Amino acid sequence: MSEWESVIGLEVHVQLKTRSKIFSGAATAFGAPPNTQACAVDLALPGVLPVLNAEAVRMAIVFGLAVEGEIAERCRFDRKSYFYPDLPKGYQISQLDEPIVAGGHLDVETEDGSTKRIHLTRAHLEEDAGKSLHEDYDGKTGIDLNRAGTPLLEVVSEPELASPEEAGSYFRTLHTLVRTLGICDGNLNEGSMRCDANVSVRRRGATDLGERTEIKNLNSFRFLGKALAFEIERQIDVLESGGRIERQTLLYDAERDETRPMRGKELSDDYRYFPDPDLLPVVVTPSMLDQARATIPELPAAKRRRYVEELGLTDYDARWLTVDPDTAGYFDAAAAASGQPKAAANWVMGDVAAAVSREEAGWTEIAVPAAQLGKLIERIEDGSISGKIAKSLFKTLWDDGGEVDALIESQGLKQVSDSDEIGAIVRQVIDANPAQVEQVRAGKTRVLGFLVGQAMKASGGKANPRRVSELLQEALSADGS
Amino acid sequence: MTFPRFATIAEMRSALASKTISAVELAREHLDRIAASDLNSFVTVCEDDAVATAREADGHIGRHGQSGLVGVPVAHKDVFCTAGVRTTCASRMLAGFVPPYDATVVARFRDSGAIMLGKTNMDEFAMGSSNENSHFGSVSNPWDVTRVPGGSSGGSAAAVAAGLVPAATATDTGGSIRQPAAFCGISGLKPTYGRVSRYGMVAFASSLDQGGPMARSAEDLRLLLQHMEGHDPLDSTSADIGPTPREADRVGLRIGVVREYGRDLDARLAATVDEAAAVFERLGHERVEISLPHTTYATAAYYVVASAEASTNLSRYDGVRYGHRAESPNDLDDLYARSRSEGFGAEVKRRILTGTYALSIGYYDAYYRKAQRLRRLIRQDFLDAFRSVEAILAPATPSTAFEKGALLAPDETKDPTVMYEQDVYTVPASLAGLPALSIPCGIIDGLPVGMQLIGPHFGEDRLLALAESFQQETDWHQRTPPR
Repeated sequence: MSEWESVIGLEVHVQLKTRSKIFSGAATAFGAPPNTQACAVDLALPGVLPVLNAEAVRMAIVFGLAVEGEIAERCRFDRKSYFYPDLPKGYQISQLDEPIVAGGHLDVETEDGSTKRIHLTRAHLEEDAGKSLHEDYDGKTGIDLNRAGTPLLEVVSEPELASPEEAGSYFRTLHTLVRTLGICDGNLNEGSMRCDANVSVRRRGATDLGERTEIKNLNSFRFLGKALAFEIERQIDVLESGGRIERQTLLYDAERDETRPMRGKELSDDYRYFPDPDLLPVVVTPSMLDQARATIPELPAAKRRRYVEELGLTDYDARWLTVDPDTAGYFDAAAAASGQPKAAANWVMGDVAAAVSREEAGWTEIAVPAAQLGKLIERIEDGSISGKIAKSLFKTLWDDGGEVDALIESQGLKQVSDSDEIGAIVRQVIDANPAQVEQVRAGKTRVLGFLVGQAMKASGGKANPRRVSELLQEALSADGS
Repeated sequence: MTFPRFATIAEMRSALASKTISAVELAREHLDRIAASDLNSFVTVCEDDAVATAREADGHIGRHGQSGLVGVPVAHKDVFCTAGVRTTCASRMLAGFVPPYDATVVARFRDSGAIMLGKTNMDEFAMGSSNENSHFGSVSNPWDVTRVPGGSSGGSAAAVAAGLVPAATATDTGGSIRQPAAFCGISGLKPTYGRVSRYGMVAFASSLDQGGPMARSAEDLRLLLQHMEGHDPLDSTSADIGPTPREADRVGLRIGVVREYGRDLDARLAATVDEAAAVFERLGHERVEISLPHTTYATAAYYVVASAEASTNLSRYDGVRYGHRAESPNDLDDLYARSRSEGFGAEVKRRILTGTYALSIGYYDAYYRKAQRLRRLIRQDFLDAFRSVEAILAPATPSTAFEKGALLAPDETKDPTVMYEQDVYTVPASLAGLPALSIPCGIIDGLPVGMQLIGPHFGEDRLLALAESFQQETDWHQRTPPR
């Protein structure tokens, strides 16, 4: 065990999924041509004024309730001043000391499988800046203000994360939560969740915190883990060689896998915060709280508990199914349609997941509707089709669509359980395989499986294997007596 | 024909209604007067647009008769954004800026049929009390061209006083409507903060800025306010309150006279205001002495709060997206530093520096926070006073219009706060967000004197009613500058 331990706190910028910006009516859709989604307010033309988007406030409240934080009855927006070309007003509208959400917590899974409660300091609303494009525009920098004014909820954790793995687990848990709540699309590659990590190290068992550094703008689970691992190593090296950690802001360079000091102009010693006189304080009424509460769906932890306790799934399966709210949604629908949650779980984690990964589809665009999967499972359980037929039928459904019962009918897939029909096949198999029949009679019961296989083959896969096995055994024991 | 130079809007409306004059003729005549004027009160004149709009107005009058402001020539202070017409704030920074949109006030005037003749000169970014801080040069007072018209709405005030337009829009942050109205012998109203939308009004100090009208009578102010006021979803601080009513009692009111204002005021000005109080007594009102104990701190508190807000409001002028941009910058810092150094005038820079200082770590508590606390106390003084009076009568300015250059502090050799003291009587109502108007109440040495009426929040109706009755009783508002 290392004699050092790390202390990590995360600030995650969650991009809220509102249709328009936090202080203007411009659209927030990702990927539009530069500056086509920037209106006069986003451009900070003279005389324009911000108007708060009520939907962003609602989403922040939903988040606050979901993490059991305290929703401020009254909160306020402040101006945070610094000069940078992608910050059109020369200040960012944020919340300094009256955030909309105070406190709260997230329960995250640690490396040993136990659950650890990570407390949140706060969550506040703010606007995003635009983007500086450093590609070559005749040696100049391009500015794209499409993102300027996109609503962000900055979720700040207490420094309670003890390792890069815990930090990753926290980030994933938050990712699942905000997607479940429907307040963020969670598309990390589009920057929908960006993370700043504060990290320090100290001798194991020490109570004081060491000097920390801040790593900015980590936008993937992998980079977060790698950047933290690198930075913790670096800090330990510095301290072990007698150096001191300097408080500084770092950027993680994924290509070189290292952190290095940030030199941008986005840093200032003094942001000169003061209340924004263009915006009135936000007053959260009890009815706003009630309305927000009513929209909160079943949360991931509760869902996982329900899967284990009520549906009888294993903890592993329950966790697997609840990581992604869309997966859970599909599973819930298939389980309900089939009335067979365990079978539905196996299908979702097996054939469905395989198809999703093969087709690079999202869980919201699965070609087989959950109702059809449910029907498929129902037909296996009631003996109408065999598991093997079901697998090929699932592929047909995925590729060509259709309806389970109709396909069973039209393709003649219905399992044969009729004793006379199967008896005839059994008879043929016994006649055709005298040597194997002899072996079975001599006590080599595992050869029975071969005979069952032959009978299944002869039936074109449609015979009910249980019935085949029964009739085969009956026939052999009758013949032998 | 020539139309009476100092006609009121009411008189113009009836002439238009009876077709004694057409809107085009009226616009042309005023455009001619503007062209002949050497007051420098206009930054931009919109001759072609004005005539075209006036032609439409004549069509409207022909079909439907005259209503609202249809056919009435007006000017907008160059702080209001006008779609397609450059809006400079009298700054080099915005000398070439053409907004793609109209300020709410401009749009409402246009919708009511007013004819915009042009944009008026002002102190740069509305910072100043003499209209000498203009990239386009100072404005002359029509009563004496060696004197200032006041500021920051000096162009609007001079234009109305000289008969170039019957009315103009203006803005008031610490006195920028009332002080120039007083210096130029016209009527000006600063409405309650939130009464008139700030959307499209280039911001100086957001918690104080308020647009309002300037005209030659209180009656005209009332009409103009109707076409400016009202809730605007684009301005979160605009009040969701109905239009100014017309039901105030006109007799038997208690009018407060501020004890603290008697102390340092010039004796002849004091006598004029006292005379006005006597007029109100004759009209059946009661004079009541009141105290505003924290009023002496108002100017200091104002300059901290207003400069702090201005320092961030003006951060957007960085040479990146629009406005003045330095030639061949070496790097980003150089682009910022030179664009802003070249684009802003001395007073604007002074206030940005003051405001930045007041908001800095280590100074915030001593300046910004303390100023806000004073602001609350000053507001409370007024709320207390309005428990015993219905309106407050106060001087508008400490003096009549002063000589150009007399108070200007273009460099460190002069004290800029001497100019700031011009606002001593107007700033308190601004800090409290109260409505206040200034109307002429005398003439000293050939220069007009103004007085202020300050009312409770959203009490414009009462102020206008008092001013209207005062103007029925006296003729100070009908005095005109010498030709």
